[in-house]
Amino acid sequence: MAKTESTFKNMLLSLTLIALGASIALGFVYEYTKGPIELSNRNRQLEAIRQVVPEFNNNPADEMYKLPSDNGDSLEIYPSKIENKITGYAVKTYSDKGYSGTIFLMVGFKPDRTINNISVLDQKETPGLGTKMKDSKFKEQFNGKDPSLFKLKVKKDGGQVDAITAATISSRAFCDAVSKAYSTLNKEKVK
Amino acid sequence: MNQLQNFTKGFIKENPILVLVLGTCPTLATTSSALNGMGMGLATTFVLIGSNVVISLLAPVIPDKVRIPAFIVVIASFVTVVDLLMQAYVPSLYQTLGIFIPLIVVNCIVLGRAEAFASKNTVLSSFIDGIGMGLGFTLALGILGSFREVAGSGSIFGFKFIKGDGILVFILAPGAFIALGYLIALVNRIKKN
Repeated sequence: MAKTESTFKNMLLSLTLIALGASIALGFVYEYTKGPIELSNRNRQLEAIRQVVPEFNNNPADEMYKLPSDNGDSLEIYPSKIENKITGYAVKTYSDKGYSGTIFLMVGFKPDRTINNISVLDQKETPGLGTKMKDSKFKEQFNGKDPSLFKLKVKKDGGQVDAITAATISSRAFCDAVSKAYSTLNKEKVK
Repeated sequence: MNQLQNFTKGFIKENPILVLVLGTCPTLATTSSALNGMGMGLATTFVLIGSNVVISLLAPVIPDKVRIPAFIVVIASFVTVVDLLMQAYVPSLYQTLGIFIPLIVVNCIVLGRAEAFASKNTVLSSFIDGIGMGLGFTLALGILGSFREVAGSGSIFGFKFIKGDGILVFILAPGAFIALGYLIALVNRIKKN
C-alpha cells in the first residue's frame, strides 16, 4: 500500500478518525469498569471503618454526616451502631502539615471519646521514614487514650507522643490530624 | 532477523532500560519494592503490545506529518484503559503506582518502539517486539525493585526476612540511581564478553 500523502485533507481525516475510534473504545471501557471501581472504593472505605471502630451491624457509610471543624472545613463522621445503639465513631480526617501532600486518616473513637484505633487512608510521605506512620508500633500508642488527658503532640513539642525516628514532621502531621478529628467530634454532645 | 531474535532482543541486547536507557523516570520512581516494579513493568508491557499492534496496522494510512500526534492518541488510549482496569481490579497496586500509570503515555519506550519499530514493520513482528521489549522492561524493573527492597527494607515481595530497617538510602531516590548505575555497569560487562 502506498503511503498516504500529507495533504491537509488526509491529515485532518486520519487524525479525526483515530481520535473518534479511540474515544469510542474508551467510552466502552469506562462504562465497563465504572461498577467495579465504585465497588472497590466503597469496600476500601468500609474496610478502613471496620478496622478502627468496635463491632457494628449498620452501614456506617449510609449514615455518614458532616461536622464543621475548627478551620471552617468539615469532616465526615461515620457512626457505628448495633441495634441503633452507638458503639463508636469513625472520623475521616486529614492534615496538610505532612512532609509531602495531604495525609488522610480514619480515626475510630469509642462512645466515651477515647481513641479506639487509627488507620492511614492515604499518604505520600518519604518511603521508609514517614511511611512508618502505618506501622502498628507508632499507631498503637494512641489506642485507648483519651485526647482530653493525653497531649496529642510529639515529645519535642511538649506533648506525649513518641515521634517516628527521622520523621518528626510526619509525626506532627499525624497528631494534627488526630486532634482535628477529636475536636470536631467533640462539638457534638455525648449522647 | 527471525522472530525469536526479535523476541529476545528486548531482554539483554536492546534492553530498553539497561542498554537504551529509556524511560528512566518511572524506573527510578516505582522500583522501591519488587512488586511495584513488576506491576509497573506489566502495565507498560500491556500498553506496548497494544500500541505496537494498532500502530503497525494504522501506519500505512497515517500521513507522515501527523504521525506523532496520531501515535500519542493511540498510546494515551491504551494507557487510559490500563488505568481504568487497574483501578477496578487491582486497587491496592493502583494506589501505590499512582501518578506513574498515566505517565506511561510519555514513557519514551512506548513512543520509541512505535516510531522506530511498529511503524515500519508487520503486525506480527510488532506484536512480538512489544512482548519482548515489555518483558525486558519488566525484568529490569523487577531486578532493580528486588535489589532495592532487599537492601532497603530486608524483604522481598513484601515477605520480610531480615529484622530491622535495612539500608534506608536504597528505598530513597539516590539509592535508585546507585542501583541502576551498577546494574547498567554489570550488563555492559556481560555484553563485552
